[in-house]
Amino acid sequence: MMETAAVVQSTKSVWSGGKSPFKTSYGKLMMWYFLVSDSFTFGGFIISYAAIRFSSNYWVDHNYVFNEFPGIAGNAPLAFVSLMTFILIFSSVTMVLAVHQGHKMNKAGVEKWLFLTILGGLAFLGCQAWEWTHLITGRHAVLVGDQIQYWGTTMTHNPWGPMVVFNGGLVATPGPVAFGGYFFGITGFHGFHVFSGVVINTVMLIKTRLGHFQERGHYEMVEKAGLYWHFVDLVWVFVFLSFYLI
Amino acid sequence: MTSETNAQVLTLPDDEAKVKRIWKAFWVLLVLTILELACGLLIYQLDKGNPSYSLILFIKGCIVIFTIGKAFYIISIFMHLGDEFRYMVLSMAIPMCLFIWFITAFLVDGNSYRNLRNTDAGSRQYQEQELRYMPMNVPPGVENKYKAE
Repeated sequence: MMETAAVVQSTKSVWSGGKSPFKTSYGKLMMWYFLVSDSFTFGGFIISYAAIRFSSNYWVDHNYVFNEFPGIAGNAPLAFVSLMTFILIFSSVTMVLAVHQGHKMNKAGVEKWLFLTILGGLAFLGCQAWEWTHLITGRHAVLVGDQIQYWGTTMTHNPWGPMVVFNGGLVATPGPVAFGGYFFGITGFHGFHVFSGVVINTVMLIKTRLGHFQERGHYEMVEKAGLYWHFVDLVWVFVFLSFYLI
Repeated sequence: MTSETNAQVLTLPDDEAKVKRIWKAFWVLLVLTILELACGLLIYQLDKGNPSYSLILFIKGCIVIFTIGKAFYIISIFMHLGDEFRYMVLSMAIPMCLFIWFITAFLVDGNSYRNLRNTDAGSRQYQEQELRYMPMNVPPGVENKYKAE
């Protein structure tokens, strides 16, 4: 009697379901597939930017657009965005440590590392808010026709065009308008991902505090939130590359 | 109570190895980022002179390789994809190969668009635009007097 039951079980097991084909849970697999599709969304944006940049004879020099650091008067190319990159990498580490504590069912550890991850995310968003404000409100001289105008960097104005000599002084001409659209569009879309990641992590922190995962017996939700958060870091690696480094 | 016993049971020596692996990945990412920054600043310095186009392209190529290295570390260590079932990894890695076409096609397309515009679809020779200055090489005797307002 027992033997028959066992045989039925084993012949059914492969084709009749009840077994994960990828040796992982449904939720984790679907999170991965969502991230694959999201990477195509980001890829589409960044590749579109690259195509437009390749089609232009002139593009802005990022070392001169992004060269300020709050509190530092002089020229500091790459400095501020490096800080943002370090913040995001560090918050990725704290997230993976939170997931690790979850595997050990250590509630206090998950809380601590999740909290630090949320702080990192908020710090990154703060940096981005400063950078955007600085770009939009900082006025730069542009030669339009035979007149000097003062423009901020926006979706419709780009004061970072090629320099010409005018009245014995060097002044920029209008640069490619596409720069602002792509920069604010792509960093904004990424920033929105960071924001939703912070919200998701906050929900995870609250649920951890309330002991929901401890009751459930596993911290897989934190793991899935972690996948999303690492993806946000991963996208930033490419945004950093395409807008600030090359 | 159960959770405490669980934590006790699961704190095996390989736990320490896992944490070590995470921190190692962090240091690798940090070093790669610093290398990227060094390359970026090198380009900034070289741009002040008159660097050869291929040298700059080579440095940018190095930066791209560092970036791909960072992406690999984030995906395999932080996201633990390296530990997942092989066919699950392939079910994502194979669609990702579309990016090879995606990037190549669109960069070639952008390049072609520029050439067509510069030569009116091949009907004339491309003429370099009149000399324009980049912010870094200010010609002698000219001051950068139109700065921010």
